[in-house]
Amino acid sequence: MSMLKVTDLKVNYGGIEALKGISFDVEQGQIVTLIGANGAGKSTTLRAISGLVKTASGAINFMGRDIIPFNAQQVVAEGIALVPEGRRVFDNLTVLENLKIGAYLRPDKDEVAAAIEDIFQRFPRLKEREWQLAGTLSGGEQQMLAVGRAMMARPKLLMMDEPSLGLAPLVVRDIFSIIRDLKSEGITILLIEQNANAALRCADKAYVLETGRITISGTGEELLADQRVRDAYLGSAAR
Amino acid sequence: MWNTVFPYLLSGISVGGQYALIAIGYTMVYGILRLINFAHGDVFMVAGIIMVYMAASGVPLWLCIPLVLALTALIGFTIERVAYKPLRNAPRMSAMISAIGVSYALQNLVLYITGGLNQLYPTIPWISQSVTVFGATTKIVTVVTPFLTLLLVIALVQLINHTKIGMAMRAVSRDFETSQLMGIRINRVISITFVIGTFLAGVASILYFTNYTTVIQTSGAMPGLKAFVAAVFGGIGSIPGAVVGAFIIGIAENIIKGLDIMLFKLGLIHGPLGLATFSDAFSFALLIIILAVKPTGLFGEKNTDKV
Ligand SMILES: Nc1ncnc2c1ncn2[C@@H]1O[C@H](COP(=O)(O)OP(=O)(O)OP(=O)(O)O)[C@@H](O)[C@H]1O
Ligand SMILES: [Mg+2]
Repeated sequence: MSMLKVTDLKVNYGGIEALKGISFDVEQGQIVTLIGANGAGKSTTLRAISGLVKTASGAINFMGRDIIPFNAQQVVAEGIALVPEGRRVFDNLTVLENLKIGAYLRPDKDEVAAAIEDIFQRFPRLKEREWQLAGTLSGGEQQMLAVGRAMMARPKLLMMDEPSLGLAPLVVRDIFSIIRDLKSEGITILLIEQNANAALRCADKAYVLETGRITISGTGEELLADQRVRDAYLGSAAR
Repeated sequence: MWNTVFPYLLSGISVGGQYALIAIGYTMVYGILRLINFAHGDVFMVAGIIMVYMAASGVPLWLCIPLVLALTALIGFTIERVAYKPLRNAPRMSAMISAIGVSYALQNLVLYITGGLNQLYPTIPWISQSVTVFGATTKIVTVVTPFLTLLLVIALVQLINHTKIGMAMRAVSRDFETSQLMGIRINRVISITFVIGTFLAGVASILYFTNYTTVIQTSGAMPGLKAFVAAVFGGIGSIPGAVVGAFIIGIAENIIKGLDIMLFKLGLIHGPLGLATFSDAFSFALLIIILAVKPTGLFGEKNTDKV
């Protein structure tokens, strides 16, 4: 049985149908990616799962539970974390506090301290800036912090909305290697990326979203080879 | 000269402390909801009325104090739940109007209960006694107020900067949605903010009415307005700003009250000018000047709007 099962999900903003009935699955332990043009509804999908936007109809099932009625706070408690679009670090909190607040629902202080050390090892730049206000970090550092903060929740499912946006190529590579590490640690990942090439390379399963509908799906490799995907989303990057 | 100035300075510091305790409620609520809680001054007044009626009904004073504080906090909690929470996603102006409504509702309710008569505030032992400090005779409450205020402010700042709930309050004040994604129950955090703010207004009411001795339905208006001015003056959203602003306004308006005598003693004037009449207007003049020079107030952040 899949960990996350989205069935015929519809979301409206006022009169606009942002999601027109999408269905997809995320298997335990996999990396699943959603790709699509701007405005296709990728962020809306993650926000609906997170409980940040109301759904019009459809079902979202997480580990056997219907999470449609859950609010954002309850969804986190179920084990789903989101790295939101555009970083959204708390600029008035220090780097360390931003990590601590990511673990807001975790009661064990020692475990949280160990998790912070772990994040600092992955992102030494954050360690150096431990006491700095997050608002004073560079854009890339803020993005690392946003990823680290979501990891602090120790989620079963980690959803990332364009985690590599605005990062230098080297850091993008870091982010993708972290995504692979997380997978090897058993964390399931639902990833949205502008960088479709890199996303498809590490994805077990991928879906293409076009104006609120899923039009193509398959394994990462299949989509990398798909002519329509190559034309529309990979551009020259795939040669 | 010092003997002339000192009593005014002393009562200025004391009133400043009382304004500070009220101003914190304005500034914290604004910080988290971007709402100016117009009912805050009236909650302060209601705290006074509760004390009057509770003491009159025979509850011993030592018990009245904690009960008044608890009830005031409960009123703050209830106002938020009933009048502001349902409007969380409505335009900000709606919540402002709701706040004005609550303000009048509280005043009218008290008018109904008291018949619009001045109520004599109970005499709380010890703090109502007279003392002489550096030649100035005053009530003990005047001397106690600034110290108690500073103690409470330090405790509050510790809470906000060094506890988990304080961290959540800072996070929620910046970004509701992302706070929810961290698992923070934002409604709980907002309620706690109101409870703290109204609790401090309750403390202020005990100190203030012990000094002024009577309460009426409009008693909250002026102190509330002054505290609000203090919060804006200090940079609304900032707790240190509200405290500093409140002391400056408290001291300034009291110095003005004594300005005639001071000028007379200096030989600069020969008869009364009636400058004391302007003591209230002065606070606002001060506000206008500071806002012209520094629009965000003394300690205000450049960008108080939500991202
Ligand atoms: N709060 C909102 N109110 C109204 N319309 C919205 C809102 N949020 C998104 N939309 C609309 O819904 C559609 C899907 O938006 P969404 O943010 O999900 O796109 P996306 O696939 O994440 O795009 P991008 O790659 O640019 O981030 C868009 O047409 C957008 O204009
Ligand atoms: Mg998006």
